[in-house]
Amino acid sequence: MEKFEVIYSQEEDVAIVNIRGFLDAHTAPLFEQELQKRVDEKKFKIVVDLEGLQYISSAGLGVFMGFIEEIRGNGGDIKICGATPKVYRVFDLLGFPNLFEFAENRMEAVVKFNNQ
Amino acid sequence: MTTQASRKPRRKSKTFKVTLPSDTANLDIIRKFVNGITENMGFSDEEIYKIELAVDEACANIVNHAYKNDSPPASRVIDVSVRTRPDRVEIVIADHGAGFDPQKVQNPKMQEYLKKMKRGGLGIFLMQKMMDEVKFRIKPGVRNEVKLIKYLTRDGKR
Repeated sequence: MEKFEVIYSQEEDVAIVNIRGFLDAHTAPLFEQELQKRVDEKKFKIVVDLEGLQYISSAGLGVFMGFIEEIRGNGGDIKICGATPKVYRVFDLLGFPNLFEFAENRMEAVVKFNNQ
Repeated sequence: MTTQASRKPRRKSKTFKVTLPSDTANLDIIRKFVNGITENMGFSDEEIYKIELAVDEACANIVNHAYKNDSPPASRVIDVSVRTRPDRVEIVIADHGAGFDPQKVQNPKMQEYLKKMKRGGLGIFLMQKMMDEVKFRIKPGVRNEVKLIKYLTRDGKR
């Protein structure tokens, strides 16, 4: 079984969710559960850090779409950072850069919240 | 006099097959299977990623949609057949489930997706973006196939 990991941390009031390994239809529920926890805790400022993510399929992209409306409805956002070119290409093909803010790295993504 | 055709080196096609239960737990095994074959054929890492993704999407669609819950679990399988040709790879992914009409599956509009919080439906779109050719042969309850073709010499752009 290929590895998938979710590592959660907090920087000030921003929740950082680092997903690593292979995100497909099998592992997407783990990512979904993690975002659900944050939403349940009313943490609506979320950075999803893709550093260490080697693979993503549409099941993984669907998780972002499943939460974004609720999160924005509560005054928050999901910002995405740390994508490798291969992973970014999948987001790009599906038009995500028009819908989500992407940053190079975690610091830059957190700053985007502070500047709002 | 020897004809041009007979002077060409004859490289044989090879076919590799695997049949696995229709379960998301097997997606990574299927990706590795396809990865190994396409790597040996000389595809670049980037092309292999695209092929793996297209195959993954086809198989995930089977797991999510092909089989009704009342069908016996042992009958819920995914057949993956990889044929290596001198200039291309042809991958056939098949199930024996309900089938669908590929004409009726529309390409997603992301803004509308967001509004509806809709998930899924991106698979066929991605397959078409990742591969040079995508063909469907649907015989509901008998055999539904998607054939994915990628050429070795193209850069993947259509």
